[in-house]
Amino acid sequence: MSFTAQHVAKIAKLARISVTEEEKEKLAGEIGGILKFVEQLSEVDTGDVADVASVVEHTLPMREDVVSDGNYPDRVLANAPAMEYDCFVVPKVIDQG
Amino acid sequence: MTDITRLTLTEARDAIKSKQISPTQLAAAFLEKIDAENAEVNAYITVTHHVAMEQARASESRIAKGEAGALEGLPLGIKDLFCTKDVLTTAASHILDGFTPTYESTVTQKLFDAGAVMLGKTNLDEFAMGSANITSYYGKVKNPWKGANGKDLVPGGSSGGSAAAVAGHQCLAATGTDTGGSIRQPASFCGITGFKPTYGRCSRWGIIAFASSLDQAGPITKSVADAALMFEVMAGHDPKDSTSSSLPVPNVSALLNKGVKGMKIGIPKEYRPDGLNPEIAALWDKGAQLLREAGAEIVEVSLPHTNYALATYYIVAPAECSSNLARYDGVRYGLRVIEPGDSIEKMYEKTRAAGFGAEVKRRILIGTYVLSAGYYDAYYKKAQRVRGRIIEDFRNAFEKVDVLLTPTAPSGAFAIGEEPTDPVTMYLNDVFTVPASLAGLPGISLPAGLSADGLPLGLQLLAKNFDEETLFAAAGTLETALAFKRL
Repeated sequence: MSFTAQHVAKIAKLARISVTEEEKEKLAGEIGGILKFVEQLSEVDTGDVADVASVVEHTLPMREDVVSDGNYPDRVLANAPAMEYDCFVVPKVIDQG
Repeated sequence: MTDITRLTLTEARDAIKSKQISPTQLAAAFLEKIDAENAEVNAYITVTHHVAMEQARASESRIAKGEAGALEGLPLGIKDLFCTKDVLTTAASHILDGFTPTYESTVTQKLFDAGAVMLGKTNLDEFAMGSANITSYYGKVKNPWKGANGKDLVPGGSSGGSAAAVAGHQCLAATGTDTGGSIRQPASFCGITGFKPTYGRCSRWGIIAFASSLDQAGPITKSVADAALMFEVMAGHDPKDSTSSSLPVPNVSALLNKGVKGMKIGIPKEYRPDGLNPEIAALWDKGAQLLREAGAEIVEVSLPHTNYALATYYIVAPAECSSNLARYDGVRYGLRVIEPGDSIEKMYEKTRAAGFGAEVKRRILIGTYVLSAGYYDAYYKKAQRVRGRIIEDFRNAFEKVDVLLTPTAPSGAFAIGEEPTDPVTMYLNDVFTVPASLAGLPGISLPAGLSADGLPLGLQLLAKNFDEETLFAAAGTLETALAFKRL
């Protein structure tokens, strides 16, 4: 199955990156090439090998459930493109319902 | 005293201890050199003149009080992927325009606690994605080594700025990060030493994330002794990084002259494909011979899934990056692209389209695809299992040998402007470094010799997880035997 501009459009929507028609064609070619390259993995006999998500062998460490950080909104907001009342300001999030 | 910028980290440390030079003298010398050369080389995105001189003066106070740290007064370059408090941090991307962290990464905090001085933030491929430092929003970096007819060459990547700065004596040493080879490969292209610790040795807290199961901070230096010293300061458990190891950091500096008598050096046969550059093959044989002469035993080993490592990496790393880079949306920091009437969706889409470069977009899109419904099993899950096989291969090999010796890169540095245009061909630069990244193994690249064109070629040593002691013992011996002459 070839990777088309339509596939690019769908993925770009998921990734929240707008792409022009021209870019869609170019990316279809480039990403198609990369996918072709990685498809070779289907040849590998992975049998009953467990999925590896991490090379770390310890389990996730726990800590005391106490508040040990925070209370500095000025630092949190220091790089905000737009802010008011100690909040990040963004365009209205439209309710579809 | 001769040009003090040409000292190694450990030489400069000793010169400061014996009061032959002072921290402010050193910092000033490097800043002068950087100011004279940066427009051309472009190794630094930000030069921190004031911070450097302030830190150098503070070092001098501490030295006067007898409170010198392990890196007291030593000027370093910091890859612009480490968040540095109150200093612009860009990840070489437009999308982080103006981002000034209000916190310090754990690794840089440890370096500063040891007395190190920051000369500036070094250039890199955008979000650490690349092997030539040609994708930076802040422009390409030039390798201090020049090609035939004085051609400009790439320094390798993604830590190209750090490698160029170290090789060009614009700092004593630098930090890098390595996800698929981004410390080792530029070290090889620039004729210097680059070390990737075992995954989990150095904290990732405060390092802008690319692929969380692969990223690892490490030193780029002029010598193995320098890498050992930097590692001892940079590594250590961090409760803020749940993947960081609690194992004590070994004193590897003390092992550099231990020798390799009785050590078994594995030569993986799959790293010698038919098309391997004959100069690199010859250098590899020379490295093995030198270790044999030093008392090691050379053993051929097999890592059967080697040829699948790149494909595995180019599914896993983009998948992880698509998740890690989802946070760059114009809301909390960096670039925001918005026009009146735009919805929040439009703001996300426009910001990310304008803010990310082409390579980053490609990788996010591949990652999104391989994780998407209907494709997750065929690509991502499969890749996770092949990764399991690759880890098994190394485990089996390390039952027979103590370290592995391989080339670092399939070629010397290529010319700027002559880079491969096909993404897959560019990815092949990582063929020798990626497998160790997938397994989390510690690896070091040493400059080994020159190509017929006079360009540096590196050799790589790999050890099993958390066995930096054996790695540095082998590296110390090999470095001495190779006697490579730096720029």
